Order: sequence, then C-alpha cells, then structure tokens
Amino acid sequence: MTLSGIFQIIVYCIVLILLIKPLGLYMARVFNHEFTLLDPILCPLEKLFYKLCGISLKKEHDWIQYAQAMLVFNLIGVIVLYLILRLQNILPFNPDKFLAISPDLAFNIAVSFVSNTNWQSYTGENTISYFTEMLGFTVQNFLSAATGISLAVAFIRAFSREQTSTLGNFWVDVVRSTLWILLPLSFALSIVFIFEGVPQNLNSYVTARTIEGKVHTIPQGPIASRESIKEIGTNGGGFLNANSAHPYENPTPLTNLLQMLAIFLIGAALTNTFGRMVKDERQGWTLFVSMLALFLIGVLVTYFYEAHGNPLLKGLCIGGNMEGKEVRFGIVDSALYSIITTCASCGAVNSMHDSFLPLGGIFSLINIMLGEIIVGGVGSGFYGILLFAIMAVFIAGLMVGRTPEYLGKKIETKEMKMTVLAILILPLCVHCFSALACITTWGIQGPLNKGPHGFSEIIYAFSSASGNNGSAFAGINANTFFYNITTGLAMLIGRFLVIVPTMAVAGSLVRKKIIPSSSGTLPTTDLTFVILLILVILTVGGLVYFPALSLGPIVEHFLMINGKTF
Amino acid sequence: MVFKEKKKLSIDWKLLKQAAIDSFIKLNPLKLYRSPVMFVVEIVAFLTTILFVLSLKNLNQDNPFFVGQITLWLWFTVLFGNFAESMAEGRGKAQANSLKQTKVETKAKLLKNLESNSYELVPATDLKKEDLVLVETGDIIPGDGEIIEGVALIDESAITGESAAVLKQSGGDKSSVTAGTSVISDSIKIKITSNPGESFLDQMISLVEGATRQKTPNELALNILLAGMTVIFLIATCTIEMFSIYAGQHISITILIALLVTLIPTTIGGLLSAIGIAGIDRLVQHNILAMSGKAVEAAGDVDTLLLDKTGTITFGNRMATEFIPVVGVSELELADTAQLSSLSDETPEGRSIVVLAKDRYELRERNMAQLNAKFIPFTAQTRMSGVDYENTEIRKGAFDAVIDYIREKTQNSSFEPPKDLGLAVEKISMSGGTPLVVSKNNKLLGVIHLKDIVKGGMRERFEELRRMGIRTIMITGDNPLTASAIAKEAGVDDFLANAKPQDKLNLIRNEQAKGKLLAMTGDGTNDAPALAQADVGVAMNSGTQAAKEAGNMIDLDSNPTKLIEVVAIGKQLLITRGALTTFSIANDVAKYFAIIPAMFSRTYPELQALNIMRLTTPESAILSAVIFNALIIIALLPISLKGVKYTPSGAAIILRRNLLIYGFGGIIVPFIGMKIIDFIVNFLHLA
Repeated sequence: MTLSGIFQIIVYCIVLILLIKPLGLYMARVFNHEFTLLDPILCPLEKLFYKLCGISLKKEHDWIQYAQAMLVFNLIGVIVLYLILRLQNILPFNPDKFLAISPDLAFNIAVSFVSNTNWQSYTGENTISYFTEMLGFTVQNFLSAATGISLAVAFIRAFSREQTSTLGNFWVDVVRSTLWILLPLSFALSIVFIFEGVPQNLNSYVTARTIEGKVHTIPQGPIASRESIKEIGTNGGGFLNANSAHPYENPTPLTNLLQMLAIFLIGAALTNTFGRMVKDERQGWTLFVSMLALFLIGVLVTYFYEAHGNPLLKGLCIGGNMEGKEVRFGIVDSALYSIITTCASCGAVNSMHDSFLPLGGIFSLINIMLGEIIVGGVGSGFYGILLFAIMAVFIAGLMVGRTPEYLGKKIETKEMKMTVLAILILPLCVHCFSALACITTWGIQGPLNKGPHGFSEIIYAFSSASGNNGSAFAGINANTFFYNITTGLAMLIGRFLVIVPTMAVAGSLVRKKIIPSSSGTLPTTDLTFVILLILVILTVGGLVYFPALSLGPIVEHFLMINGKTF
Repeated sequence: MVFKEKKKLSIDWKLLKQAAIDSFIKLNPLKLYRSPVMFVVEIVAFLTTILFVLSLKNLNQDNPFFVGQITLWLWFTVLFGNFAESMAEGRGKAQANSLKQTKVETKAKLLKNLESNSYELVPATDLKKEDLVLVETGDIIPGDGEIIEGVALIDESAITGESAAVLKQSGGDKSSVTAGTSVISDSIKIKITSNPGESFLDQMISLVEGATRQKTPNELALNILLAGMTVIFLIATCTIEMFSIYAGQHISITILIALLVTLIPTTIGGLLSAIGIAGIDRLVQHNILAMSGKAVEAAGDVDTLLLDKTGTITFGNRMATEFIPVVGVSELELADTAQLSSLSDETPEGRSIVVLAKDRYELRERNMAQLNAKFIPFTAQTRMSGVDYENTEIRKGAFDAVIDYIREKTQNSSFEPPKDLGLAVEKISMSGGTPLVVSKNNKLLGVIHLKDIVKGGMRERFEELRRMGIRTIMITGDNPLTASAIAKEAGVDDFLANAKPQDKLNLIRNEQAKGKLLAMTGDGTNDAPALAQADVGVAMNSGTQAAKEAGNMIDLDSNPTKLIEVVAIGKQLLITRGALTTFSIANDVAKYFAIIPAMFSRTYPELQALNIMRLTTPESAILSAVIFNALIIIALLPISLKGVKYTPSGAAIILRRNLLIYGFGGIIVPFIGMKIIDFIVNFLHLA
C-alpha cells in the first residue's frame, strides 16, 4: 500500500461526495415534477410519449398496479430482446455476419440485460451484431436502469406520502428517469469517451497482419454510446469480452476515473433524493455514510492484500499481485474498480477478479452476497438498503421500548413479513443453485480450477447472477446449457422475486400515518444508527454466507499460506 | 422509575417442580409448532435420536457416545424453552387456582323479580345477564353486576388485595360490584351484567393463566423474523453438505444438525413467550389487569398521557397555605380568627385552615361548645361560612361576597376594602389560587391563600416522562388561569382547561389524527367514550361498569398515577424482547468460529486457523457450542421473567446502552462461555 494509492482512494470519495448533492436535488425535482433546466426541451417530448402510449399523467398506481406495470414492461423487454438475438442473422447492421444465438444462450442474455445483470456467457466481439448491441442491449441498459430508479422512487414515496394507496405512475417514472436522468448523463459521458479515444462507428472489424505474419482482427463499433450507459445504469455488460480492461472500452486513466464515478453516481445521489423527498436530508446522509463505511472496508482490505502480493512469490521481489491486472491501471485502481463494481450491481471489470488473491477477492464476493446494497445498482441498491434499514429499525426499535417506526411509519407484522421475504430470497437462491452445481456433473464441469478456487468460481457465478451483478470470476465456462438456464433463472428470481415483496412493503407503508417523532423515537440519523445498520447488514445479511466463504476464499487463503495453490 | 418488585423472585420449589413437569407436556408438537424455532429444534432432536439408535446398533459410522450427548442436549434445548414458558405461566396459575376455587363454591340467591324477597339457590356459574340476585351479609357476590337496590360495605380483597372495605350503593358511580368480592354488612339486590364465562373473574383467571394469550402484534412480527432466519440457516446448513461433497467429504448429519441448532435463534425463540407472559404478570403484580397483550404493547408506544388534575396531579382538595393580613393586623390574629371560623367547618378546605394555623402558629383547637358558638355553614347563596359567638361575628368567603355582606351590614354602600387586601386577593387569583377573605365584626382582617397542592414527586415523574419522549397533558375543569398556574407548578407540558367530557374526547381524537398514541385514566361513566377512544384506557376498579368495559386495562388499586408504571412496563416488555433477539443473533458469530473448523477438520485441517478459541478437539468444540446454546436459555430466564433493566431516558441513550450490553456482549459472551464448557467437557472426558 502506498500513500499515492490511499490518496487516489480519498480523491475518488471526495469527488463522489461532491456530486451527490447537486444530482440528488435534480432527481428530487424531476420526480416531484418541479421545474428543471431541461424542461423546455424534454417536456414536449414527454407529452408526445404519453399521447402515443395513452398514458394519463394524473392516474397513479397502487403497489399492485405499479408492480404489474413493471413486470409487463420487463416481460415485453425479455421477449423483444430474445427475438432480436434469435433473428440477428437476418436483421440489419451485421457487417461481420454473426449467426443467430442459440435458444438457451438467447434466454440467458435476454434475461441478463433486462434484469440489469449483464452476465455475459458469450464473447461480445464475435457473437453480437451492431443491431443487437444498439437496439437490443443499449435499449435495455437504459430501460432496466430506469426500472430500478422508478422502483426506488416509488419506495421513497411510501415514506414521503401518508394515508394514501398510490406510489406514483410507473410509466411516468420510467419516462422521466430515462429522459431527464439517464439520457443526458450518458450523452455527456459518451462525448467525453469519444474524445478520449473510445470508438463509435458502424464499420466492420479491421484485419491486420502482424510483424510475425499472423492475422489479427481488431473489433470496433458503436462502443462509446454503450460504454456510458453501461456504467451510469450499473449494467456492466461490455461491448468487448475484456470489458473495461480493454483499451477500446477504457483507454485512459481519466476514462477509468469517470467510469468508477459513473457507476456510483446515481445510486449515491438517490440517498440525497430520498432525504429531500422525506424532508430530512440527514436521513439520506446516514444511509450514505453506512454505505461508505462498508465500501471503505472492502477497498482497504482488497488493496492491502493485492498490494502485499502473493506470499509464495515473496522471494522474487515483484511487489504486489499484478496477475490479471492492466499495467495501465495498476493495483490500486484495479482494487478500487473491483470493489466499486461489486458494491454497485454493475459488473463491469477492469481486471480479472479470478486472479485476485483469495482475501483480495473475498470482498468482491461479499459485496455481492450482501445484496449489493453498498450504493448498489441504480435504484435496486437503494431499495435494498431501505429493507435493511427497516430490519435494523425493527430490532433496535424493540430495544428502545417502542413499536419500531422508520421515518414515522410503524413497522408491523405485514412489513416484516415482506421485508424478511425480500431479504431471504437472495441467500436462498445463491445457496440452492450453487448446491445444485456442486453435485451435478454439468455443474462441476463449469469451473476451470479445482478445489476451493473452483468452488469460489461456482458460488461467485450464482451470487453474481442472483444479485444482478454480472461480473464473473472469469474462470468458469458458463456458456453451457446448464449454466445458461440456472444463471438465467437466478437472475430472474434475484431481480423480480425480490421486487414484488419490496413493493408490497411500500404499498403497506404508504397507507400509514406519519407519526411525529419524539425523544422516545429511535433516532435514525446518528452514528449509533450507522453502526447498528452496518451490524444488521453484516449479521442478518452476511452471516449466512460464512460457511460458503470458509470453503471458498478463506480456506484457499490458508492453503496458500501453506504453499498449496489451485 | 426503577421498579420495586412487589414479589421478589424467590425460589419456589413447588413452582419449579410443576414447571419441570409442564415442560415435558409441552413437547407435544401440536402445541410446539406455534414457536417455529423450537419446533425445528424438536424435529432435529427427534432425528438425532434415531441416529443415536442406529449408531448403537452400528448401522452408521457415528460415535454413539458423541451422538448420544448431542441428542440429549438438543432435547434439553427444547425442554429449557418449555421450562421458561412454564415458569412464566406458573406464577399466574397459582393465583388463578385460588380464584377458580371461589368461583366454583359460590351459590347465588336468584330473585324472581325486584319486589319478591323469596329466592332460589342456584350455582353462581348458571347466572345469566339480567338475572336479579340478592346478596346478604357474609355472602360472596356471585357475578359482575350493578346494585339496583340498597347500600352495602364490600370487601374487595379477593380481587384487589386491598383489605379496606368500600361502600357501594345503587345509582351513580359506585354501583358496580365484582364477582368474588363479599358483602360485609347489609344486603343489596344486584342485576347481573355478564353471561357465564365472561365475568371479570373469568377474564382475570384466563389472563393470569395465560390460556387465552394471543400473540401481540410485535411478537408476531418478531416471530416472522425468527422464522425467516430459521429458513435461511436451514438452507445454508443443508447446502453445506453439497458444498462439502464438492470439496470431497461427507459431513455427518449430527454435525450439520448441531450447526443448524446453534445458528437458528433458539435463545430468543425459547424465551419469547415467557417474556410476553412475564410482562403481563408484572402488570398483575402492580395490580393492573390488561384486557389484552396488545394493550400492554400499546402502553410502551404511548407518546401522550392525559392526566386528570384532581386526584392525580394534585390532592383532591384545595388547602390553605398562607395567611396574608391587611396593614395593622398581625398574622397571628388573622390565623386565630380564621381558625375559629373553621373549627366546625368539616370541608377539606376548612380542615386545612385549622391544620395550617396549628402548624404555623401552634394554635390549638378550642372547644366550640365551651364558647357557645354557632356555626354558619357555607351556602351557594351567601358564598360564605363563619361562626357567631358572644358578640363576635366571623365570616370567611369570596372577596366580593364578604364585601357585599359588610356593605349590607353596615348600611354603608360606599365601603371600600383596604388597598393592600385588594392587591393580595388579585395576586392569589393570578397565581391560580383561591383567596378566602376573613372578616371579624365587619372589619376585614386579611386573606387566606387556598391552593391546589401538587403531589410530591410529580415534577420529577413528569421530568422522567419527558426524557422518555412522553408529553403530559393535564385535564381540569378549572379556568385557564388556575390551570396554567398548576400546570407550571407540576411541570406538565400542556393543559386543557374548562374541560368537559366531550372536550376530552375531542382532544384525544385531535392528537390521534396527528399520529399520536394516547393513554388516559378514568372512572366515571362520562369518561367511558374517552377511555374507549384512547389507545390505552386505564379504568379505575372503583369506577362504573361502563368505564371498566370501555377501558383496556383496569387498575385494581384505583390509583391514577399508576399510568406511568403501565407505560414503563410496556416499554420494558418490548426492550426485553429486542435485547434478547439482538443477543441471540450476535451469538452466531462465535458459534461459527467453533463449529466451522471442527466441521471441516478432515478435509481442510488448515481451517483450524479459525479455531481462535483453541477448543480442544472437533468433537468437544461442537459439543460445547450445543451445550452453550442450551444453557444460555436457562441463564437468560431470570432476565426474561424480570425484564431488562429500564431507566427512563431518551431512545438514543437506551439504544446505545442496550446495543453495547446485548449486541457486543452477545458477540463476546459465547466465546468465553464455550471455552469454559470445552474445558469442562474435556476435564470430564465427554469428548
């Protein structure tokens, strides 16, 4: 660990914190239908959309209607994307003549992009046409992110409104998220990326002959436009297989920094939007500080182990662990990127997580397992941490001798039922699918490594899919029928089965009165609450993974110390 | 307020024996399934029993000595949970049994109609609503009812434990009688107001027995959390087997079960219902009957208390506190005159004047008969009272009434009182007191300051309540001036002056509309609507039937200040649950460190690095975890029965303290506990 390394981490945090307030305010205005500078351009466009689709601005949805609209919208998304993938050989913009995608892979990819996971068991540059990239993937990159933001805003309304049944209009929220937030941000970022050298064209691949006389194919295409929304919308699915480790996706230190900021940007700013909408900004900051603390633990541990290097190679004096890392980024930026991308459910990578040391990679895994609530995926991370806040308030609320209440809303049987269900689904999904993979031949054939490292690859795959992260412990051959179907199901369950009980919690909370707080009310804006929330996240959300982690990275670490590697 | 427990938790061997027997009866799965955590433990205990039998016959590879011990401790875990519940129930049961006895033996004298005096003897249990019964000296009142004829002294000690008899009569607020109490003198005719099985006595029996105990809202919510955690750990444990197969080793089912049982929240699961029952029992010990557990929880949530001024905040009556003479009159003379005028005055105000004169000026009472004095009582017309003796005429009364009287007597309509007297009167009125002007032979001597005396210690109690985040509102029929003076003195946060019953109800509705929860006490029929509307309505046992039916708690001592204790008990109940839940979950950290290295000791001996407690062998590690898990239930039983210590303070402070004790304590204690148990286990060569 070096001073300049620590300094880079601090600079990252400061820039991020500075961006939270302005964007948080802007988003609060967007969803409260207050004036913003973009209104003159976007309002007519918005009205046109509503007219075309027959959406009434005045009609609001209760939680069931909201969830139904969301599910229908995403189902259509899956079907359309599936058809595009199956038919891409006859669709235009396919200069390199890629074939149609097989049914199981097409299912996996369609679910993956609609659920904001962007798990990729294919290699982008030799499988996917420009048409699919632009009208299939890019569209879903926007819409899945807009879905997440809308759900988070609907959940926030459950706290900011009282004694009503409606949470807002899903269609309006999606349109506004896309037009006001995602489009302007990614447009601006794409322009910067193009300036920095990221390709943006529709040309076919270039074939070059190298000095040794070998044929070398250089892929290109509309990369910049997809790159920006890949980070802004925490999608993470790269245009190219090497993702952000490839110089065409992430050419310079500036693009690397911008990408890391873009991944956390909306998720972090949503805490401020939340604070503003419930009329107490400190509530938002409390959640953010809890996230930041968990984030820093992960960054520092990862950086420590990676900088320390492989103990078995100590005698060679080669410094930290550079295996699987881009020399352009080095150890600290790779460690930072790996934690950011797993805290948020992004999944973009600028280094190979598989090559991290056991305890250097463990936090990537833990961050995903905790449900990606440390900033998290756009929207999904936010409603995820709200569920944990409800859980923390419930346990602590009892401890102060009052029926627990969060932001003046009583947390009772019904909310607990749905909160527990929503939190339960992720560990159930991860454990069951991983167990299945461990005892079936199809499953065992997946990992490329043996022993605990192979086990880590399996558990990482299913954690990543269930948590809608999309990054992989690269050493697994995931493009098999078994893995395409199981990870596809895990993505569906991890995304939509969590959303339904989450919305039920919101639907039940929005009906309640806001009880004015007194000194007998559990304060949710102080350091005690931050510590409590972190402890609840780690115990209720994390303890259950301890056995699995022991059999994966933890035992691998001890074996490595004893000189045994995999 | 730290509670003074009325009954100390002493070891009652009979109770222990009964509880031990009951804990076996409660093993019945049909009853146990209500507690999901303990139900799971029972199922796996059953499974290990089978494994144990198989290992005895060498049908599997398990070591029978080891499996046998695990099996035993798993059964103990369930039994300890049952024992905790039985202990909590047992304390109420003894009380219920004696109450039942009264009920069975009572015979009722059933009357055909009100006029008849001939009766038919029927068992009390047969009485229905609207039946008329005769109760005579020495009889036990057979059912809840209302006196419709007669007056009687009633001994209510069976219900309240209070030995002083109370007078009850037909009509008004003192007409309700309760089954189980007995008539000491006179006879009364009663109209029965409850059907068999619905009487107050029945309710009390079922309450203390815990038979009809329904889970309270928070308890239900907590149960869901516990069930959820049980499911998570169940899946996690089952999948470990598959993960372990991938690593190349089967794990014995006994060890998996041991891990499961130590991870699921058995501590709180086993103690949860005991905590609930003990909470209600604690109310019973304070002589308060809660009609539902829900009401007890609501008490913990209350953020506004409505307290009647008279009798709750102040002593019932105004009392003399000061003699203020006019210029030229000594205080002694004024006191002497005032005392004379009050010697025959039996009103509390009059008595207090005599007392003050005696206390402050050592003026002894004089014999009125010797003085040949004639007492002039207070009437609404004259608004004065006084005494005439020899040639002396003393009057005391309202300022204007006395002035008018002097003007009339002296035929001097321009008579003006001395300036300083006017000022003194005004000052007393401004401070919320009542001025009582004294005259002797048409000469004004001065004024007596009568005021409402705030009960001692009320200010401190309201201070405590404020720290707990509870606002107090004083309700009074006084004018706003008087009310505000007393409110200030007593230290309540707000007051409602000129209050009529309807105003009280409106106040409650308004506060509730703002999202607040209110508690109040009441005894009269006109309190009933407000009692029903309030979230916690404590009816006085001395009150009317209507009030008792409207409230959701009854205070057998009829002590309105007890509302404050009710709130504290409600809070304590929730805190105990929360604290033990936190403790239970925090325990898991240490248990992982004991079991995981032991579990994989063959496949990955390297994981011994996680054995930071240095537990001796894999078997002793697992055994220690299981034993610790069972014993901690018993160890925490006293806390669950007594409740976690609660001192009123703000939520932030309580949270910090409990998080430190039960959160961090919950992480550390098992490390130490398991290490000690491991030592003993090895010392005894159990593993």
